[in-house]
Amino acid sequence: MEIFKYKKPLALMEKSKRFGLLSVAIVILALGLIIGKGFNYGIDFAGGTLIQVQYEGKAPIAKVRDAIGTDKAYQGATVTFFGGEDEVVIKTKISSKNLGEDIGDKIRVLLKDTGKFEVRRVDMVGAKVGSELREQGIMSMLLAIIGILIYVSFRFEWRFAVAAVFALVHDVTIAMGMIVLFSIEVNLDILAALLTILGYSLNDTIIVFDRIREGIRTIKNPDLGGIIDESVSRTLSRTTLTSLTTFFVVLTLFLSGGEIIHGFSFTLLVGVIVGTYSSIFVASPILMWLGFSVGGFREKEATKLKREKEKEKMRAMYENGTI
Amino acid sequence: MKTLNFRVILFAFALIFGIVFSIPSLTQSDEGKKITLGLDLQGGLHMLLGIQSEVAIESRIKSMAGTIKYLFDDEEIIFDDLRMLEGEKITFELLDEDDVTKATALLKKEIEGTILSANGLKFSLMMSDEETERTKKNAIGQAVDTIRNRLNEFGLAEPTVAKQGEDKILVEVPGIKTQADEQRIRELIARAAHLQLMAVDEDRIARVDSMSTAEAKSFGNVILTDVNTPQKYLLKAIPVLDGSMLTDATVGFDENNQPVINFTLNGQGAKIFGDFTGKYVGKRMAVVLDNKVYSAPNINERIGGGRVQISGRFQLSEAHDLAIALRSGALLAPVYVMEKRSVGPSLGADSIRSSSLALMLGFVLVVIFMVVYYGMAGLVANVALIGNLFLILAIMSLFGATLTLPGMAGIVLTVGMAVDANVIINERIRELLHQGKSIGKSIEDGYSNAFTAIWDANVTTLIAATVLYVYGTGAIKGFALTMSIGILASMITAIVGTHGIYQWILPHIDKNRLNFWFGIKTEGKK
Repeated sequence: MEIFKYKKPLALMEKSKRFGLLSVAIVILALGLIIGKGFNYGIDFAGGTLIQVQYEGKAPIAKVRDAIGTDKAYQGATVTFFGGEDEVVIKTKISSKNLGEDIGDKIRVLLKDTGKFEVRRVDMVGAKVGSELREQGIMSMLLAIIGILIYVSFRFEWRFAVAAVFALVHDVTIAMGMIVLFSIEVNLDILAALLTILGYSLNDTIIVFDRIREGIRTIKNPDLGGIIDESVSRTLSRTTLTSLTTFFVVLTLFLSGGEIIHGFSFTLLVGVIVGTYSSIFVASPILMWLGFSVGGFREKEATKLKREKEKEKMRAMYENGTI
Repeated sequence: MKTLNFRVILFAFALIFGIVFSIPSLTQSDEGKKITLGLDLQGGLHMLLGIQSEVAIESRIKSMAGTIKYLFDDEEIIFDDLRMLEGEKITFELLDEDDVTKATALLKKEIEGTILSANGLKFSLMMSDEETERTKKNAIGQAVDTIRNRLNEFGLAEPTVAKQGEDKILVEVPGIKTQADEQRIRELIARAAHLQLMAVDEDRIARVDSMSTAEAKSFGNVILTDVNTPQKYLLKAIPVLDGSMLTDATVGFDENNQPVINFTLNGQGAKIFGDFTGKYVGKRMAVVLDNKVYSAPNINERIGGGRVQISGRFQLSEAHDLAIALRSGALLAPVYVMEKRSVGPSLGADSIRSSSLALMLGFVLVVIFMVVYYGMAGLVANVALIGNLFLILAIMSLFGATLTLPGMAGIVLTVGMAVDANVIINERIRELLHQGKSIGKSIEDGYSNAFTAIWDANVTTLIAATVLYVYGTGAIKGFALTMSIGILASMITAIVGTHGIYQWILPHIDKNRLNFWFGIKTEGKK
């Protein structure tokens, strides 16, 4: 079976301005959401306590709210259904430093008249740990990006690296925007998902760039636009197929992986779609806008090759005993 | 006909290795190395504890003050006004100018890590920065050891207690079944277990209910309350002896069949205890634990042999935990909770079920898709994918790695990404076949053309995964780990393995049936 049969290059670069504008618009929208509405930080980053309670049968959520409201300390607490109708999650900003005094135990006492239930999970993060985790999260994002910049500059050229990072920031920003839009709670798993998107989007972009690098060497016409069009078209089949298989897998994770990894798989789902779009329509035009010159790259490659050949020649001469 | 090549042999090796070493994990047998399930999958308690190291410093200073008093008394140096200020400084005044040199030399020799400064005859002693650091470090190291001992003695399966960062303690206890057990474990960890035997001030105790703390202090006493009742005791502030002289503590039963704790003192402790009880016949002695009076029996006769009993109307489980805490020693500084996550066993089982289902569903979808789209080439890729899964399990088993819920997600994701390499390769082969190249040449060139792309893409993903592993905590580390292992394993299975399989079966590939082998129709020969 073949879906994308390569016949002639698609004229993508002609339309690159339109895609560029679309991307800029979406990114601005996403940034507006992030700044305007802000992240809904979960307890991992904000500190607090989360208690997951499973009832036999439907959870009496109104009763649970009333029962918890009777203690003044928990008045700001929220109670929501979790996954099915038999489970609820209680969240409060309170955390306790004392080992002997557990918020889970206190909630259990408050709930004792609401029916037959089991406390299945109690997560408590102190405010200090929360802010530390947040710092670490931002740090890890930055470090990953720097590491990638260095590697891609080394393997390709600095403009490739900058274009790849732009595409990456584009994807992560849009994914963050969606997280804000759908009020997904930001915990450690969301951070992991964002970093995965980072890796995934880059994966896609690198494969297109690899083809462009190859095209620069093999295609006679030195017009960058043409080379990009041809390379993107040639990798289109692969890009779409891999995205499809990954999409399937993430979708099954989203649909049947359980409530706990819902936010994680949702973020990945967004990431796969945006990552595919950006590696086809966004990354390569940036390369052109950055003023990448095919001639210059070829010259550099040629001198590199020449130097290597000379080295080899010297070595051969050395080994033959002529020097 | 071409015989087996090194790539196929390597792949077969990897496959056998993968299957053999993942068997213990898959069957959950008792023998062999296997993957440990994370706390989020098997249920358990995860805690990050902080330590109040300033308390350790304070008690270090307290003991320094005690040493100064002992040394000066011993050398007959007359001093006055020995005080501790804000728990960081000791001040005193010498009365005789002739003692200054002797006292200074003595303190320099006997008390390490301090800075002594003098203003006339007024002296102040401070801990040096290095000593403060050392004390803090010591307190955390001691807390880790003590908590580990306590948990080990409690009889739980494989608790983890480790120092994390500079000043945190990570405690992980798998397999907790009930809420009551969890509470017991938390209390066991938190218990300071500071045991003191103190003399009752019989002359003034009658007035204890009307006495203020300050007044008690002025007599060199403290007021402590009973553990079960509001009854107050007036006790001499300097204890007769403390828990550091204890060698063993066990649970026993008294004549009424009530649980008690019997403990044994070391030689020095037994001697002090014997002398004290001999001198105090007819008076009371209080057994104080964590500043609560557990019992205050009358001393009827001199007690030798260093055997003491605490009775405090205990529950049996309480007595048991207390004995453990006493045996493993006191905490130099109290600990507090910074982060706590507890997962019930039923939730863990649910998570395993749903994530395994997702893994299986995703896997089946990908496998079917590959065969439908690529024909036999897809089947080859699937063989590599299966090899990849086994290899991930085997490597994780060998390292005894922990599989967490995000780790499961990492494996699921790897399934999606591992076929990527084969998709790239197959697309390249198809391209060359379309150009009319021979099958052998198409395969060889397809692999070499695809290699740089796969390599660069995998290395960059690995960079992201490594950062995640280094900077991530707990469960996130698991995700980064499975993803990294998956990527590395896919290099062997998806690149080398499939290449070998093609080389092996090349003579059987029929160039007239390209649709069957590679899923493409070529428009005749060009």
